[in-house]
Amino acid sequence: MTATEAWTGVVAHPAARATACRHCGEPVPRGSLGVPDASAFCCHGCAASWTLLHEAGLEHFYDLPERRGRAVRPSGRGFEEFDHAAFHRLHVRAADGGLAVTEWVLEGVHCPSCVWLVERVPLLLAGVHRAELELGRSIVRIEWDPAEQPLSAVARQLDALGYTPHPFRGASVDAVRRREDRLMLTRIGVAGALAGNVMMVAVALYAGWFGHMEPAHERYFRWVSLALVTPAIVWPGRGFFQGAWSALRQRTLNMDVPIALALGAGYARGAWNTVVDSGPIYFDGVATLIFLLLIGRFAQQRAQRAAVDSAELLHSLSPAVARVREGETVHEVPVEALLPGMTIDVRPGDAIAADGEVVEGCSEVDRSLLTGEARPEAVAPGDRVHAGTINGGSPLRVRVEQAGEATRVGRLMREVEHAAARRAPLVLLADRLSGAFVGGVLLLAAATFAIWSRLDPAMAFDHAIALLVVTCPCALALATPLAVSVAIGQAARRGILVKGGEALQRMARPSLLLLDKTGTLTEGRATLVHWDGPDAVRGAVLALEHHSQHPLARAFRAAWPDVEPGSASEVRQTAGGGIEGLVGGRRVTVGTPTFVRARLAEPESASPVSYAAMETVAWVAVDGELVARAGFEDALRGDAAESLAVLRALGFRARILSGDAPGAVARVAASLGLTPEEAQGGRTPEDKLAAVEAASADGDVVMVGDGVNDAAAIARAGVGVGMRGGAEACLATADVFLSREGLAPLAELAAGARRTMRVIRLNIAISLVYNLLGAGLAMAGRIDPLVAAILMPVSSIAVVLIAWRSRMFPAEAR
Amino acid sequence: MSVMYVLVPVALLLVALAVAAYAWAARSGAFDDLDTPAVRALHDDPAEARVVRRGASGEQRPR
Repeated sequence: MTATEAWTGVVAHPAARATACRHCGEPVPRGSLGVPDASAFCCHGCAASWTLLHEAGLEHFYDLPERRGRAVRPSGRGFEEFDHAAFHRLHVRAADGGLAVTEWVLEGVHCPSCVWLVERVPLLLAGVHRAELELGRSIVRIEWDPAEQPLSAVARQLDALGYTPHPFRGASVDAVRRREDRLMLTRIGVAGALAGNVMMVAVALYAGWFGHMEPAHERYFRWVSLALVTPAIVWPGRGFFQGAWSALRQRTLNMDVPIALALGAGYARGAWNTVVDSGPIYFDGVATLIFLLLIGRFAQQRAQRAAVDSAELLHSLSPAVARVREGETVHEVPVEALLPGMTIDVRPGDAIAADGEVVEGCSEVDRSLLTGEARPEAVAPGDRVHAGTINGGSPLRVRVEQAGEATRVGRLMREVEHAAARRAPLVLLADRLSGAFVGGVLLLAAATFAIWSRLDPAMAFDHAIALLVVTCPCALALATPLAVSVAIGQAARRGILVKGGEALQRMARPSLLLLDKTGTLTEGRATLVHWDGPDAVRGAVLALEHHSQHPLARAFRAAWPDVEPGSASEVRQTAGGGIEGLVGGRRVTVGTPTFVRARLAEPESASPVSYAAMETVAWVAVDGELVARAGFEDALRGDAAESLAVLRALGFRARILSGDAPGAVARVAASLGLTPEEAQGGRTPEDKLAAVEAASADGDVVMVGDGVNDAAAIARAGVGVGMRGGAEACLATADVFLSREGLAPLAELAAGARRTMRVIRLNIAISLVYNLLGAGLAMAGRIDPLVAAILMPVSSIAVVLIAWRSRMFPAEAR
Repeated sequence: MSVMYVLVPVALLLVALAVAAYAWAARSGAFDDLDTPAVRALHDDPAEARVVRRGASGEQRPR
C-alpha cells in the first residue's frame, strides 16, 4: 500500500485485499475497534493520531516521501508529574522572555518524517514556541511559556502520536560537553587552516630549491610561515604544552612530553633560523602535527562520548515516577519529590520508589537487584519494603518512611562514589612507552650533537634538532586514540557500550573475573524448568495465569508461547497462595503445594515429595484432583557455560560473588564447573566491595553485575561491567555496559579488547620503526625538512589505515 | 614577482575571514547535530505543498 492510498483510505477492492491502516499502513484486523470508520485504522492510537493531524491541517505528513508507517502505541499516561515543582527544579531551565526550556528523550522516533511531526505538533498548543528534535539521539528540546500551557499537555500531545516522552537526565552535563566539543572543533579548524597554508608556502620553498628563487622571496616566505605557525603553536597547540607541563610537575611522563619536545624544538629552531636567515625551518611539519594530533584526540573523545550517551539515554528511559495517593486521588510525582509520610501505590511490576511500610495489600517483592536473592519475599501490611526492589504479585500501598538519599539505595550510592574514587589509576600503554621514548630520543640527540661536533661543528646543533623533530611521536600518539575509537564504535554496534579506552586495555589481559549470580549468570527471573503433567492441562493453566502479573505466571507464559490459552471465569487470586477459577466448566487451581492441597478432594493422596533442588514448586489441580507439578528455577542463562569457557580459555579466572543463599550459589557454581571455594554466597554489598578491594591488591579485577548491590564493587573494580536489565546504579557506574542480553557479549568484549591491543601494538611498532629510520637519517646528517615532511604523514597514514580497517569486534558472533 | 608582497597578505586575509566564519558557525552550534538539519530541509512547507498538489490533480482530500 502506498502512502497516497494510506491517507485517502481508498483501496481499489476492499474485499480483495486486507485494508491498510490510514495512519500507519499496517493491515487492519477485522472489526476490533469501537470507533466510527473502524475499518480504516489498525488501532486506537492510529485513529487518534489521524484525527489529530487532520483537525490541525497537518495531513501533509502522509505525503512525506520518506515516511515509514508504524502503528502508534501511546502510553496513555497523564504526565501529571511534569507539572510538579520538583520536576521543574530538576529538568526545566529558564530561557529568555519568561519562557522555559526542557529536554526529553522520545520513544518511537524511527524515521526522518518523525522530525516533521515532532517539530510541528507541539506548536499546535498555545504557548509552545519551539520544538526541535535531534534525530540521532531522539532528544527533543521544547521551549514554551509555563504561564500559558502546562508541560503535561505538551507531553500528552506527543504521547498521543506514539512519541512517549521521558525527561532527559543528562541535560546539564550535555551543555558542558557541547561547549567543549565546539571549542575543540574551532581549534581543529584553525589548526587545519594554518597547517594548509603553511604547507602551501612550504611547497613554494621546496620548489625554490630545484628552480631559481630570489633570496628576498625566500626570506619573505620563511617569515610568512613563521607568522602562520606562531598562532598554531600559541592556541590549538597549547594543549600539548599544558599536558606535558602538568605531567612533568607531577614527575611523570605522558605522550604530551615527547610531542611538546618535538613541537617546541622544531618551532624554536625554525624561528631562530628565520631570524638569522640560514638553516632549515620545520614549520610545515609542526603545523601538520598539531592538526593531525587534534583530530586523533577528537575522534577518541567522540567515540567514548557516544558510548556514554547511549548509556545515559537508557538511563533516561527508565521511569522515575511514583504514584502518590492523597485521599482518593492518585497522581504521579517524580521520585525525587517523595517525602516521608506520603502514601504511594505500587502496581505489580513497578519498582518501589522509597523505603517504607506496607499499609495495604499482600504481595511478593523481588529484591534481587538490591540483595541478589533470587527468591521473592512475601510481604503483608506491617512489613518493611525497600526502594529499588520490584513488586511482583499484586498492588501494594506503602507509607514512605525514607526517600531519596536516605533510603538504603541512596546510602549504597554514596558508597559507590567513594569506591569509584579509590580505584587504582591505569597507565595507558602509550604513556608508559613515552618514558623510554623521551629518554631514548634525548640520548640519541645528545649523541648526534657529540658526533657532529667532531665532524662538522657548524651543523651539529641543526642535526640534533632535526632528530628531535623527525622523531616526534606523531604516529605513536595517533596509534592508540584511533584504534580505541574504532574499537569502541564497532563494539557499540555489537551492543557493548565501552565508556573509556582504559577498560579495553584492562580487559585485554587475563585477570580475575568476579561474577554476580542473579541476573548475571542466571536470567534473574523464575523459569519453568520442570513440567510433570499432561499437555492438555497447559491451556487451562495459561487461561488462569493470563489474569496474573505474578512472576510465576509470567514464567508459565514465557515457557509456552505457542499454547492457546483457554478462557477462564471467576478467577480469584490469593497472595502467597495461588490462583483458581473456572476453565471450560472445570475448577482449576494453580499454586503452592499447601494452597492446592487444601483444595484437593483427597489431600493425603498427594505425595509430599517435591523436586528437592527446585527453588519453587507449583501444583495444578483440576476438580480437586492433583494433575500436574511444575518446578521453577532462576535458570542459568543459555550462553553462560559456553561464554565462561571462552573466557577461561582466554586465561580469566572466574569466581561467583552473590548476595543469594549459599546453597543456590553452590548449585549454579557446580553446573558451571566451578569449585565450591570459587563460589561465595550471602554477600552484602559491603562484602562485595571488600572482596573486590582485596582482590585488587593482587592484580586487575573485572566485576560483572546487574544490581544495586553490585554497584559499589563495579565502581571500585578495574573494569566494571553492567548487565542489560540491571539497576540504574549499574548503568551509571559501569565502565562497560552490555546492552545485549546474555553473557556472550562479555566473552566478545574480552576477545575484542585483546584484538584492539594487538592493533595498537602493531601501530606502535610501525611508528617506532619509522622513528628509528628518521633518527638514523638524522644522525647520519641526511635529514632535511623535506624528507621529514614526507616521512611524517606516511607513517601517520599507515597507522590510520590499519586502525580503520581492523575488525576488532567482528559483526558475526564467533 | 613583487606582486607576491600584496597577494600573499590578501590571500591570508581571505583565509582569516574563512576561519572566522567557521569559528562563528562552530560556536553557534552548526556542527552539533549533523543528522537532523539534513532531514528538515527535505520537508517543504505544508501550506505550499497542499496548493501545489491540489492544483496538479484537482483531487479533494477526505476530511
